[in-house]
Amino acid sequence: MIDFLQKLGQTTLTSFAKLGRGYFFLIHTLIGIISVLAHPRLLTKQLYSVGVLSFLIISISGLFVGMVLGLQGFYILSDFGAEETLGVMVAASLVRELGPVVAALLFAGRAGSALTAEIGLMKATEQLSGMEMMAIDPIKRIIAPRFLAGFLSMPLLAALFSAIGVIGGQIIGVGLLGVDDGAYWSQMQSTLDFQDDILNGIIKSIVFGFVISWIALFEGYDAAPTSEGVSRATTRTVVNSAFTILGLDFILTALMFGDI
Amino acid sequence: MDTKAPPKTDIVSIRNLTFSRGHRKIFNAISLDIKRGKITAIMGPSGTGKTTLLKLIGGQLYPDKGDIIVDQQNVHQLKRKDLYTLRKRMGMLFQSGALLTDISVFDNVALPLREHTALNKSMIRTLVLMKLQAVGLRGARDLMPAELSGGMARRVALARAIALDPMMIMYDEPFTGQDPISLGTLVKLIKELNNTLGLTSIIVSHDVEETIGIADYIYVLSEGKVAGHGTPEQIRNSDSKWVQQFMKGDADGPVHFHYPATDYREDLFQ
Repeated sequence: MIDFLQKLGQTTLTSFAKLGRGYFFLIHTLIGIISVLAHPRLLTKQLYSVGVLSFLIISISGLFVGMVLGLQGFYILSDFGAEETLGVMVAASLVRELGPVVAALLFAGRAGSALTAEIGLMKATEQLSGMEMMAIDPIKRIIAPRFLAGFLSMPLLAALFSAIGVIGGQIIGVGLLGVDDGAYWSQMQSTLDFQDDILNGIIKSIVFGFVISWIALFEGYDAAPTSEGVSRATTRTVVNSAFTILGLDFILTALMFGDI
Repeated sequence: MDTKAPPKTDIVSIRNLTFSRGHRKIFNAISLDIKRGKITAIMGPSGTGKTTLLKLIGGQLYPDKGDIIVDQQNVHQLKRKDLYTLRKRMGMLFQSGALLTDISVFDNVALPLREHTALNKSMIRTLVLMKLQAVGLRGARDLMPAELSGGMARRVALARAIALDPMMIMYDEPFTGQDPISLGTLVKLIKELNNTLGLTSIIVSHDVEETIGIADYIYVLSEGKVAGHGTPEQIRNSDSKWVQQFMKGDADGPVHFHYPATDYREDLFQ
């Protein structure tokens, strides 16, 4: 019993200590962003590896998710004779939920894990400590540009995901199942609201981008400097990001669409 | 001797330094001085915290007790900004080289210059080429760190460490894992740089012969204490059994070959 209590206490203490380190890390990083703006070269390089290289996985997944939505939506809606509203259904699901959430999950798996592994290995090979000894702050030089790149890429990737998904829905719905092309687009245009649907989706993806970049970089920075430590940190990034994305999505949805 | 300010001839003085990791005391109230302009070696078996000592001097770790004075400044009482200013005057050569793997050799050496000076492009180019020339790798400037051999990576890291013309360089195990030729090159470089640039060098190592060959003064650490110190000659003739075992590399002596265990026979026939 005492053993159990001791363990419980220890786990609580270490997790709070980690949370504290995480917040300090975040504040330090946010301050570091100011100096990134002075060296835009650092940012473009990261935008490429974090954002541009995630382009393919996001586009292909978006296309398939849109196609599945088109297919499922058509079967359900045609039962009610409402297949004309397929465009609304596909676009609303993508812009409100699937775009931000699935793109964020993919982004955490593709870019988040890569960031954690990169930073963790830099720590293990003493590159970070070497920079500190050269009086160069690794948070400013290494972490902040990556954070900003993740934060900026996420909303764009989510928008791309939704846009390609809408086209995927059209390919199946209009091209294959014979929904009227004009109805697909005009229903979508007249029903979807910029503020309620699109803006809320963008806000979600901005929040996710912030959280994924924070988790991924902090896990790398806080990793034990061994191969095992880096591997664990990478796993934690993907798992924790996924939980955080899904949890936050619920909260954000409740705040945005619920009448609370 | 503890409270008095160290004389100016000492670039680093360590007083009653105590540091522990978990429950293990790595340093137990050690004191040592490093003379300006000399090559001082800190020796001891693996796990005696030699690298930790360098990190303490560089202000990356905090001691439990005691003071470290570098160039008249108490490292662990400095503000972050002053610590960074002090670090610009200390070079450190990591065992792994610690080069940034995503930029070329040239950019690695240029990094401290670009970050800390307002020199223009052509000045930086000239300086980088001079530093690379000093370590014999001017021709390798466009290679990426992954394309370098271990010895070359260490020389590039050395060029980077001297980029800002520091007052001292700390070498972490510079001789470990080097083939005889790179070893000879490094020994020669460390000595030459120390004499021509007027540096102070601190070498942390367990390679007895190479270190004895270039050091002016040697401290031997063991179990958190200074086991012996003196010039290479004095260390060689030390009457400490422990120092003798370390210098000669005997398998058994004050440091036992066997890790502490229960009786062998009992263990086998239980």
